[in-house]
Amino acid sequence: MHADPHIQSLLRLADDALILGQRLSAWCGHGPILEEDIAVSNIALDLVGQARNLYALAGQREGAGRDEDQWAFFRTDREFQNHLLVEQPNGHFGDTMVRQMLYDAFHLEQMGFLAQQKVDEDLAGIAAKAFKEVQYHWEHSSQWIVRLGDGTEESHDKVQQSLNALWSFTGELFMEDEVDQAGRMSGLLPELAILQTAWLTRVSDCLKEAHLTAPEGLWMQRGGKQGLHSEHLSYLLAEMQTLPRTYPDAVW
Amino acid sequence: MNLTDHERIDRAWRQVRGVHDPELPFLTVEEMGMIRGVRIHEKHLLVSLTPTYSGCPATDVISEDVLAAVQAVEPDAQVEVVLSPAWTTDWILDSAKEKMRTHGIAPPEKGQADRAFLTGKGKVVPCPRCGTDNTHMVSAFGSTACKAHFSCKECLEPFEHFKCI
Repeated sequence: MHADPHIQSLLRLADDALILGQRLSAWCGHGPILEEDIAVSNIALDLVGQARNLYALAGQREGAGRDEDQWAFFRTDREFQNHLLVEQPNGHFGDTMVRQMLYDAFHLEQMGFLAQQKVDEDLAGIAAKAFKEVQYHWEHSSQWIVRLGDGTEESHDKVQQSLNALWSFTGELFMEDEVDQAGRMSGLLPELAILQTAWLTRVSDCLKEAHLTAPEGLWMQRGGKQGLHSEHLSYLLAEMQTLPRTYPDAVW
Repeated sequence: MNLTDHERIDRAWRQVRGVHDPELPFLTVEEMGMIRGVRIHEKHLLVSLTPTYSGCPATDVISEDVLAAVQAVEPDAQVEVVLSPAWTTDWILDSAKEKMRTHGIAPPEKGQADRAFLTGKGKVVPCPRCGTDNTHMVSAFGSTACKAHFSCKECLEPFEHFKCI
């Protein structure tokens, strides 16, 4: 954990983008059709690029000489502060798309706010670019949810199950802790309750069109932002970090 | 020979203008609207560059190419990457859009980064080969981060559209 809430907020944004980008990149070469392979890989590329910019900014703000690789490859699972949702396994294509739709809806509202805030101009620039990219991500994932949910009986049942399984990871997106609170007070971060309303409208419209139903009364998982993750993150990091940790000075 | 700051900047611009986009080699990075400025900062020449997409793998190559081009005339010149304000397709020069069309890529149109356009439902993208408006989007994600994949229903050719962002 970082003592400075501003830097910690930047790292949380970067961690979400990196972990989801890494997850999606595993579809490269395995997409159900060529166009989808390319689309998911492109989205992964956008996210990893956003993460890189955010880590670089966190490094500048910290001023201790840490670059994006230091943040990405030389921190442990307990030091990552991404939401639990983004580290959940890819599963089948429907699982990946439900995870993506739920996150894209959040990401879009979040980047929309960050692009407008006046506290950190460099962050606003990164977010303004990300906002446009995430519009494409949202269009892509929400259209898939409609096609799968409103498709065959089998595709409908499969994505309904995906939704039931992933829904309990959405509560954390809107649970404010002391870092979020500091950000909200300074004007850097949005008020999560307002974000939640916008997110729910967006997601509900999509689910309605897809004839899917969000589960009700679920216990909401939490802990990602505090570094308490599901076991899935550790495996992801082990795979992602093995090369730079084995050969710390390796260059292309 | 002592050059004035103005002459040094002019000379650097001539160098920068020779750098091409590695993924769209018929365009220069200047035509792409990626060069935000050339200036003298504390006696050193500084070129400001704004990347197109967050994850565009060509950005590193472009920075290196621009740096090499200006360092050929001023060895201590530097390149700074500026992320704010974010790059937009509105910065692409009109001359570049014509070149895209002749290379079979439907160029972005000004101020079209809206949702209707993103979904391919609203704004029509004319075929860069036969000019018809009777086209459809195959996928919003094409061969590079900046392009979408379209298909023409008249001449039946696939083509790429440079996405508006």
